[in-house]
Amino acid sequence: MSTDSHDYFFSLAAAMPELLSGDEVFTCHLRAEDSSFVRFNRGRINQAGDVRQLQLDVDLIRGRRHAVGQVALSGDRSTDWPRLQELMGDLRQLAAASPEDPFLTYNTDVAASGEHRRACSLPSAGEALDSVHDGPSVGDLVGVYAAGGIQRGFASSLGQRNWHDSRSYNFDWSLFDERGRAVKASYAGFEWSSATMRERLAASMEDLRVLAQPARVLQPGKYRVFLAPAALHELLSLLSWGGFGLRGRMTRVSPLMRLHDGTAELATAVELTDEIAAGAAPRFEASGFPRPERVPLISAGHAASCLVSPRSALEYGVETNGAGDDEAPVAVDLAPGTLDADTIARELHRGLIVSNLWYLNFSDRVACRTTGMTRFATLWVEDGRVCGPVDPMRFDDSVYRVLGDRLVGLTRQREWIMDPSSYDWRSTRTARLPGALVDDFALTL
Amino acid sequence: MSVDGIATGGKPSPSICMSPMHESIDAAHRRFRDIPPTGSGSDSWTLRIVRQDDETLAVRRDVAEPGRRAVDLGAMVTVARGGGVGYAATSDMGDDGLRGAYERAAQWALHATRRGTENAELPQPRSGEYRSPIARAWVTQPYAEKVDRLISLSQSMGGDARIADRSASLWWTRVESSISGSAGGLVSQVFDYLVPMAAVTASDENDTQTRTFGGHAYARQGGLEVLDEVDFWSCGSRLREQALELLAAPNCPSGSLPLVLAPDQMILQIHESIGHPLELDRILGDERNYAGGSFVTPDMFGSYRYGSAQLNITFDPTCDGELASYAYDDAGQAAEPVALIRDGVLLRPLGGAVSQRRAGLPGAATARASSWNRPPIDRMANLNLEPGNADFASLLAEVDDGVYMETNRSWSIDDSRDKFQFGCEYGRRIRGGRLAEVVKNPSYRGRSATFWRSLELVGSAATLQVLGTPFCGKGEPNQIMRVGHAAPACRFRAVDVFGGE
Repeated sequence: MSTDSHDYFFSLAAAMPELLSGDEVFTCHLRAEDSSFVRFNRGRINQAGDVRQLQLDVDLIRGRRHAVGQVALSGDRSTDWPRLQELMGDLRQLAAASPEDPFLTYNTDVAASGEHRRACSLPSAGEALDSVHDGPSVGDLVGVYAAGGIQRGFASSLGQRNWHDSRSYNFDWSLFDERGRAVKASYAGFEWSSATMRERLAASMEDLRVLAQPARVLQPGKYRVFLAPAALHELLSLLSWGGFGLRGRMTRVSPLMRLHDGTAELATAVELTDEIAAGAAPRFEASGFPRPERVPLISAGHAASCLVSPRSALEYGVETNGAGDDEAPVAVDLAPGTLDADTIARELHRGLIVSNLWYLNFSDRVACRTTGMTRFATLWVEDGRVCGPVDPMRFDDSVYRVLGDRLVGLTRQREWIMDPSSYDWRSTRTARLPGALVDDFALTL
Repeated sequence: MSVDGIATGGKPSPSICMSPMHESIDAAHRRFRDIPPTGSGSDSWTLRIVRQDDETLAVRRDVAEPGRRAVDLGAMVTVARGGGVGYAATSDMGDDGLRGAYERAAQWALHATRRGTENAELPQPRSGEYRSPIARAWVTQPYAEKVDRLISLSQSMGGDARIADRSASLWWTRVESSISGSAGGLVSQVFDYLVPMAAVTASDENDTQTRTFGGHAYARQGGLEVLDEVDFWSCGSRLREQALELLAAPNCPSGSLPLVLAPDQMILQIHESIGHPLELDRILGDERNYAGGSFVTPDMFGSYRYGSAQLNITFDPTCDGELASYAYDDAGQAAEPVALIRDGVLLRPLGGAVSQRRAGLPGAATARASSWNRPPIDRMANLNLEPGNADFASLLAEVDDGVYMETNRSWSIDDSRDKFQFGCEYGRRIRGGRLAEVVKNPSYRGRSATFWRSLELVGSAATLQVLGTPFCGKGEPNQIMRVGHAAPACRFRAVDVFGGE
């Protein structure tokens, strides 16, 4: 479907100027996906299937007036062309009835054209499923295998053409024991290896054994904790919700407002960047503006650049850096530190290893105070040794403390995380993160 | 029985009837009956087709954003073969596209059969129709007029240097969903949804406070009449004044205090700590890798004391105008009101036909899919808390010192749906049985298993509001779902409340 959707999209885009009248301009953005999804529960297949979808976003522009449309495409020209004709007619009416848009913008630099294809190798469905079912029993495995092609395209009547094509897999699972304790793991990337998948599965079965020890009951209080990369990812994902965008900063709803104002700072070890070129997201946004290789977000604990959507750029009189409407990073990268992840229990000495955090939200946005739960393997460490699991605990603490004066250090090893989320479409967000050792982390319930 | 022929509700917009995307639903289902290939005689199958039309109008800081119109159309074919079930979804509704989907779905069924499956059943849809009640159709007001009204609403939230942002929007959706099956059933339903939203942010050098029109809780089925019913157009000055009041207000006090919750926070409390834990697929373990499990276990139904005797929870798909009213779920099973909790005792879970058989428990017709591209899973739909007898004044009357909270803004709960912490936009101290000063950052925490037992007094029908959310996330692959909640204001005993820093 990937080659097909490329040729199909650009043939439609080449014909679409026929649908313009007078001095109209269009930009359009294609999403295409061909994904397999296999759910598991108790090691057995729960729901299995695939989804093939194509969707075209069109911005029809005349002077300062415009309207935006979205239409599902079948991939068959004789079906889709009448849909496009109808959509353009609707948008023309809508634009004419709309006031002028002072923040209307689209890329006029045709030199931004480009194509990006990643070399990928995916297994057949049978091969992927056999790596779970052909070995020793996987016991109570629950999760989802998602794999397939993801394409994005851009075209405008000015002649700009962009293409992004990748095929990826993301096997995201957890393994449970009889008492309901679980470890979480994943295997995600672009070049599948059944041997690596089996190794990961075996490793998570080994990790589950640690949880067999008696659980320790914790009282609310302040604890020294090691936040594993997956746990830190949850915290940074929450911050990405309005924290790094220009609009959030200018409307003062950013959870990092005090960092932007310069009245608060994080530890100097915090070097946070949107490493777009190293991620898996397209290098162009929906109205054709290119994305730079990288955007520094926090530098030596201080606010650096903001993510600026084309609309915000006009509204606030600055340059866009190709951010989407949500102005959230697509490839969060936190620089490594000096701690050794392999000896983290010794470094922790007494406290908690938190493998995952879950269901985070702001408890006081201005103070960047966040709350959420520990989930999956949370381990109690005493005298530098893992002593057993801890049941889920609620935390409520400010990022200005957790990544500020209470941050002991970051690990030199980092993990590459591919976002498994798949609301409407499979995500192309990624992250590369170390773990963080933190003093006096507040557990409240 | 085509869409054009359904007589109830408002007049469909011309684009729905005459669109080239719009072969009649009936015809598409008829055409599909010839699609299953030779040798598929022992299969059973379903075909679910969803067309969704969206229109969004948004104004921010008095500037209209571009109007947005979206049309989505696709089909999911589900096939049961050899003891397994598989699905394939496609936006290609031509014969070749549907035939390819059938073949892939059958292959997935065989993969499941060979490797062991949790789910070997494919319920067959019944036959029938549903249409959202509409008094004044969305299309009867010209686009430009709607934009003008939104600009006026935005303007009514301005006029003070401390207002840092303000926005108002309308999001209209029409979903035409139908499902047919190899046993001959055909269910066809047309839903009109409207979500009005408004928000204003006030800020000074120390703080930022945002007040919204119930978040997105005023989501309803229906037409433009919804906007008058919920007093949308006049909300601007109240929201602005309250945002400014919050900026100057002290933090919510900390302590174990009586708590009165407005309906637009009650719905979140019901959603997170009753609705999700009662979902049968969570109880069966399907969601343990993502949305989570449940502290509720199968043995609790019929005896577990979920809350005080004041607590009565009903799944009611028949409530006119509520967001998730329907006649059939997305597996085509007929939906009827079901009591889930009566006088505080847990009776039934929320789960569709497949989960009911897997668990050996009764449930409700709540197998729902976000669209054509995701398979049905157990969801909430309309989950309502039945009103009691207390008017709003008597909810406050016996409270010497307590807190009142309105409008959810922060939600977090553990994966078994027990330990929660919720925050609201707007709080008032209750002193001597009356509402007193405004307090900011009002929050509270507790445990589902004990919180509902502290439900002391339930507001009367006069305090009840029919609300909902269009954004409930769950499932692998992930799905966003519309759910409705109707709730009165309620009072709870001795809740752990607190404010910001």
